[in-house]
Amino acid sequence: MQLDSLRALNVERAARRAALLITDLDDGSQRVVREAEIPADPLADILARRLASGKSGLVEVEGRQLFLTVQAPKVRLVLIGAVHISQALCLMAAAIDLSVSVIDPRTAFATPERFPEVSLVPLWPDEALAGPVPPLDRYCAVAALTHDPKIDDPALIAALKAECFYVGALGSRKTHAARVERLSQAGFSSEQIGRIEAPIGLDIGAVSPAEIAVSILAQVVSTLRGADPRATKPGVPA
Amino acid sequence: MLSTETDILNAAESWRRSGRGVALATVVETWGSAPRPVGSHLVVDEGGNFLGSVSGGCVEGAVITEALDAISDGRPRVIEFGVADETAWRVGLSCGGRIRVFVERID
Repeated sequence: MQLDSLRALNVERAARRAALLITDLDDGSQRVVREAEIPADPLADILARRLASGKSGLVEVEGRQLFLTVQAPKVRLVLIGAVHISQALCLMAAAIDLSVSVIDPRTAFATPERFPEVSLVPLWPDEALAGPVPPLDRYCAVAALTHDPKIDDPALIAALKAECFYVGALGSRKTHAARVERLSQAGFSSEQIGRIEAPIGLDIGAVSPAEIAVSILAQVVSTLRGADPRATKPGVPA
Repeated sequence: MLSTETDILNAAESWRRSGRGVALATVVETWGSAPRPVGSHLVVDEGGNFLGSVSGGCVEGAVITEALDAISDGRPRVIEFGVADETAWRVGLSCGGRIRVFVERID
C-alpha cells in the first residue's frame, strides 16, 4: 500500500468519516474512496452497499477479485433522559458495540447508581454537547426520551442540524404534533422534521421499558443498515 | 493493551514514517470457524515487531515470515491457511477453519 493511501485512511478515521480501500488481489493495486466520493465512483452501488453493511469483504468485478476494506466510524448512541428505558438501552446498546452517552440535567435521574459504567452527563443538552459529550455527527443516533420539551427539543434540534442518521422522540402522536409545531416555528422544514421517528421504535407491541428499548434499538439498527423493516420477507405472504 | 484497528493502522503509518520497513496483513476471506473476522489487520516491521492479529495466534508466525519477505521484495501476496492445506503449510488453524490473508508492503 502507498503511504499516501494509509495516511488518507487514518485521516478519515480520525475525522469520523467513512472510507473504503479497494485492493485488486490479482495485482495488488489499490485506491481509497472517501464517503463523499462514492456517488461519483464507477463502483458506487457496490461501495454504498458495502458501507451500509459495515463489513469488509471480497467482490468480483469484471473477472477481477477486489477486496473492499470498509472503514466506518464507530456508531454513537446519545440518549436524552436518564429514564427507565435508557437503563435498559444502555445494557443492550453495549451488547451490539454502540458507544453510549446519557444526558439529563435532572440530577435525581442522572445518578451513577442508576447508570453504572455509562458515560452519564448531568447537564442540559446544549451544555453537554458543547463539551463533555463529543459533537453530534452523521454516525450518531439520538433518542429523546424525557417527555419534557425543555430537555428533548434542544437535543432534537442539535441532532437534526448535525444530520444524525437516526433521530427518535418518545411521546404519543398528540405530543408529537405539538413538537412538529414547535420545530416548524423554529425554522425546520417538514422534510427535516419528518426524519424524526415518532412515536419512537418499531411497532412490535412493546410494553415494558426493556421491550421499548428493544424496539428503539431495532429501529436504530435497521436505519443504520438501510433495511426497510416493513418490507415483506421472502416467502411470507403479505 | 488491546490494539484496535485504529491503533494498528496508525502504527503502520508512524512506523513507516520513522523509516522502518513495514508490511500489513489483512484477512480477506474466511471459511468455517475462523478466529478473526474478514478485514482484521496485523502490522509487522522489518525487525519482526508486530501489532494486531489475523488469527487466534495459530498462523501469526507464518504471516510474519511472509510479511518480512514482502518487506524485502515488495511483492504483494495472498496466502491461505487451513485444514485443506495441511500438506502445503507447516501451520494450520486448529479450529478447523480456513483463512486467506493479503500481505503487502507499505511504500
